[in-house]
Amino acid sequence: MALTPLLAMVRKDLRLFLTDRRAVLMSFAAPIVIASFFGSIFSSVGGMAERARMAVHIVDRDGGPISRAIVTAVRDDKHFAVTVSAPDDAWEAVRRGAAVAAVIIPPGFGDAAGRAFFGEPHKPQLKFLYDPARSAELAMVRGILTEHVMRAVSRELLPGRITFPYEVREEAVTARARVAYNSYAHAFAGMGVQFLLFAAVDLGIGILLDRQRGVWKRVRSAPLSRAMLLGGKAASGTIVTLMTLLVSFAFAMLVFKVRIEGSVLGFFAVSLACTLMATTFGLLIAALGGTPAATRGVATFAVLIVVMLGGAWVPTFIFPAWLQQVTVVVPARWAMDGLDAMTWRGLPLTAAVVPTLVLLGFAVLFGALALLRFPWDES
Amino acid sequence: MLEARGLGKVFGRVAAVDGVSLTLQPGQLLSLLGPNGAGKTTTVSILAGLLRPDHGEVLIDGHRMAGDADPAKRRVGLVPQEVALYEELSARDNLRFFGGLYGFHGAVLERALLTVLGLVGLADRARDRVATYSGGMKRRLNLAAGLLHDPDILLLDEPTAGVDPQSRLAIFENLEALKRRGKAILYTTHYMEEAERLSDRIVIMDHGQVIADDTLAGLHRDHPGARDLEGVFLALTGRTLRD
Repeated sequence: MALTPLLAMVRKDLRLFLTDRRAVLMSFAAPIVIASFFGSIFSSVGGMAERARMAVHIVDRDGGPISRAIVTAVRDDKHFAVTVSAPDDAWEAVRRGAAVAAVIIPPGFGDAAGRAFFGEPHKPQLKFLYDPARSAELAMVRGILTEHVMRAVSRELLPGRITFPYEVREEAVTARARVAYNSYAHAFAGMGVQFLLFAAVDLGIGILLDRQRGVWKRVRSAPLSRAMLLGGKAASGTIVTLMTLLVSFAFAMLVFKVRIEGSVLGFFAVSLACTLMATTFGLLIAALGGTPAATRGVATFAVLIVVMLGGAWVPTFIFPAWLQQVTVVVPARWAMDGLDAMTWRGLPLTAAVVPTLVLLGFAVLFGALALLRFPWDES
Repeated sequence: MLEARGLGKVFGRVAAVDGVSLTLQPGQLLSLLGPNGAGKTTTVSILAGLLRPDHGEVLIDGHRMAGDADPAKRRVGLVPQEVALYEELSARDNLRFFGGLYGFHGAVLERALLTVLGLVGLADRARDRVATYSGGMKRRLNLAAGLLHDPDILLLDEPTAGVDPQSRLAIFENLEALKRRGKAILYTTHYMEEAERLSDRIVIMDHGQVIADDTLAGLHRDHPGARDLEGVFLALTGRTLRD
């Protein structure tokens, strides 16, 4: 009996959600499509996608044995798609964005490099033309090219006597040995979090629409406590947002072989805490919002900022250090950390405890603010 | 049955309701009239428990209404000014939801919704989405939703706004039937002929205060120059535009 009003509210909200095709599409299909796209961009799942090669132009104005050896080594490198070209063509390719960088080997480079190798202070210069929008890739080009230059110079000057002093063995650290990193896990977590926050915005806007069309008056005239009213909304919101997240992950598991490599219990704890945080965020929107249309714009902007800072689009490690520190106050960051930990990182249940508690803390904060600021009087 | 004592509500610097007192007995229909901004809707909101008065109290059979979850609210049914329904849902699903808020479920709920749908003549359209209804049908369903939990007191805020004559007549007949069954009805309207037809008593408000509270005959007695209720109303509230 006491639960009948709560169940009525949940049943009605679910019915409204399922009759709104746009809401269903946005909640289920959109995150899957976008996460699939992001996942494929960052994909390195064995054999599923080839890592894109960096387009590099190389201009050999020296033409000696060392420079020819460098050109050959660079052309054979799996990281590069190399075009040997004239200086003007190389400059134009970088200017148009068709190449990350162009490397110009000046005349006399091989001889000068040989002398510098044995200690002569004058060192020849390799000229780099680079696209300033892709400076991160420039560092990779420079590093790989350094290796090839060192190999070519040493091989030419001291054949068989000097070798490169180390080899690199790369090993991705994931959940377990022979479990490859699956970029779809992060992409689906990110888009799942983003779209469950969008679902929460819809929850808040729904309450504002109820107020606008007088339904909330009728609801408030029933003998129900404020906690029951907000609890009913929170319950239906949690169900819808949890469905959003779980449907996305179910798709990722079926199609992209995303697995919960860590604790299943931890995964569900983080997911539930995240949906509670999102739902109370929706209630806060309803408490602070004005007209539904204006509120939707502001809330959508807020969600986009939160998910961007939370690392839902791109991992937070590419952020500047100060920004990485700042994002600890962003709930989406904790959701992402928790979901990453339980999926591809394969960490144990203990790794889910802090993200879960922090997300629950945000839920309590948002819920308390919503309860305090909710405009209960119907004037 | 329903008694308001010295209700007051201030929004900012405006006293929307200022010392309003009125009583409503079983089987009685009270029309609450007033120009726009007179305080009618605020008064109804306070009586329905939607708005906490700054001062004064609302009593139902001597019980002082207090708090959102006061069980006495079950005895009050509200029909808001707006068509307060979910257009995306069917009439049946709307009523299931509103009935659920009062703890109705199962066979009791089904019986209640069949009764009210029959009363407002919408039983054959129960499964249709409200969005497909005409304006008059929506108003009748709006009334049905307020009656679903069989309240003793019915508060109707301009229930016939924008309704065609047929639906209006149907709503009048519903109200007269409810009155005969002993329901206490408070009715706000801008249509004087509705108040003349339906009312046992008429309360006229202006600037948040009750300026007249009498039967139709009593009002005419006090304003012998007025030809009809509209004349009485204009004599009391003046001809200055309020919007």
